[in-house]
Amino acid sequence: MKALGKVYKYGDNVDTDVIIPARYLNAPDPSELAKHCMEDIDVDFAKNVQKGDIIVATKNFGCGSSREHAPISIKACGVSCVIAETFARIFYRNAINIGLPIIECKEAAYGIDAGDEVEVDFDSGMIYNRTKGTEFKGQAFPEFMQKIINSEGLINYINNK
Amino acid sequence: MGMTMTQKILAAHCGLDSVEAGQLIEADLDLVLGNDVTAPVAIGEMKKMKVDGVFDKDKIAIVLDHFTPNKDIKSAELCKCAKDFSIANDITNFFETGEVGIEHALLPEKGLVVAGDVVIGADSHTCTYGALGAFSTGVGSTDMAAGMATGKAWFKVPSALKFTLTGKPGKWVSGKDVILHIIGMIGVDGALYKSMEFVGDGIQYLSMDDRFAMTNMAIEAGGKNGIFPVDDLTIEYMKEHSVRDFNIYEADEDAVYDEEYVIDLSTLKPTVAFPHLPENTKPIDEVGDIKIDQVVIGSCTNGRIEDMRIAAKVMEGKHVAKGVRVIVIPATQKIYLQAIEEGLVQTFIKAGAAVSTPTCGPCLGGHMGILAKGERAIATTNRNFVGRMGHPESEVYLASPAVAAASAITGKISCPCEVCED
Repeated sequence: MKALGKVYKYGDNVDTDVIIPARYLNAPDPSELAKHCMEDIDVDFAKNVQKGDIIVATKNFGCGSSREHAPISIKACGVSCVIAETFARIFYRNAINIGLPIIECKEAAYGIDAGDEVEVDFDSGMIYNRTKGTEFKGQAFPEFMQKIINSEGLINYINNK
Repeated sequence: MGMTMTQKILAAHCGLDSVEAGQLIEADLDLVLGNDVTAPVAIGEMKKMKVDGVFDKDKIAIVLDHFTPNKDIKSAELCKCAKDFSIANDITNFFETGEVGIEHALLPEKGLVVAGDVVIGADSHTCTYGALGAFSTGVGSTDMAAGMATGKAWFKVPSALKFTLTGKPGKWVSGKDVILHIIGMIGVDGALYKSMEFVGDGIQYLSMDDRFAMTNMAIEAGGKNGIFPVDDLTIEYMKEHSVRDFNIYEADEDAVYDEEYVIDLSTLKPTVAFPHLPENTKPIDEVGDIKIDQVVIGSCTNGRIEDMRIAAKVMEGKHVAKGVRVIVIPATQKIYLQAIEEGLVQTFIKAGAAVSTPTCGPCLGGHMGILAKGERAIATTNRNFVGRMGHPESEVYLASPAVAAASAITGKISCPCEVCED
């Protein structure tokens, strides 16, 4: 399983309020949430993002609220992977549970810039920066996590077992 | 190897004699919580599961507190979804407007959580119940769905940070100031994936309401949970509010901690967190001249009766500064009624404040006090992220009820000592 896309780059502590502001939580349909993804940190993100694109950030991505709407909005935008130095724990759990691939890799978080074209191989955990010609070793997904992601989330994975 | 309080509770809930940090376990749940924002998503997920219903109708709490009383049609639809589900599944602990309180003030008050419990909630501030000596943590809607269906959840056993509190806090220093000081010290990811265990002689000076405010904000340091040991005060609280049996777990003397901090409470000052992170803290005497447009006193952090009492004490016989909107929100109906009976609501209204029925409302920029572009609020809430209370170019400063009330009177961020004689 692989991801390939253009990078949107952010800094430390990207919180769930800027990923999906509470004013949009009254309509939890994924396609509605996608329209407002990252709106308070990057007003053009939802308009510009293409299917397959990748978000890269530094420390504590997804801190704050437990709203699953945050990873749902990112996934519904077509984002194929989020790479960060660290993730806030509830966001990490939620992302896996809804089938959004995420990888912790400090070197990649600092060695990738906005607009770079990046490929991620989930089987090996390798991250290739095609633009700069560099590569990074992230943590590979254990098999069960790959299965959750392939099933589009925990519930389908449980149902399919 | 010795265990922390948290590790002992988790071990007891997965049928093991001991667990250690990093171990993956499946634990039995004593309570599963959701609200009007997160429960509808969980209900949608649960409908996809091949299950007949919930694992235990008495061990689920559905609390409609965020966008309530329903702020618009879409919010009303979410509440209706949660209500229909609660009725269909005969959920014992379903609370809507008229009975509802802010979930993390309501559940302890109703006696639904006691020491030794394992609780998950689809709300990040579920960590609040650690004040009672329980393990409780925030999760997302999918985990809530799985929890409602199976009564179980998987956890990675957390390592811990130990905060030894010594000394007696000064007059205007509350639990809110202590936790803001700690978050300022370790940062918003300082406790990432970890337990925050608060111990030491100093905790005898912290009321239950102080402790709830502190464990509530463990998540603002990235923590998995925050927890206090059970003492006479905790037992008194549980006996007053709950009929359930409780279990007291103490950390082993040889429990392992990633870091240990000693904090002398007598040295702390009222503390304010500047935009846009709870870690941007300053003691009150370094705040400077910051004018405000709005004051919010309430939330799952600081909407309890002691918070109402100290805010009323500061505002008694005074009037809010011209041009400042002051919104006071008691966290539950019981607290609201108590505030009326004690004359606190009269004090607030005479001072020129608006008093609201319980709701999370303004804390998350939902309703009941949204900020315009360029406006600035001081709030007793827990987050001051970009756009948290309204426009992305508004600002939120976090503080205690005493500081918020004093600021309401002066129109700028102020120490209560500036407006109170004694």
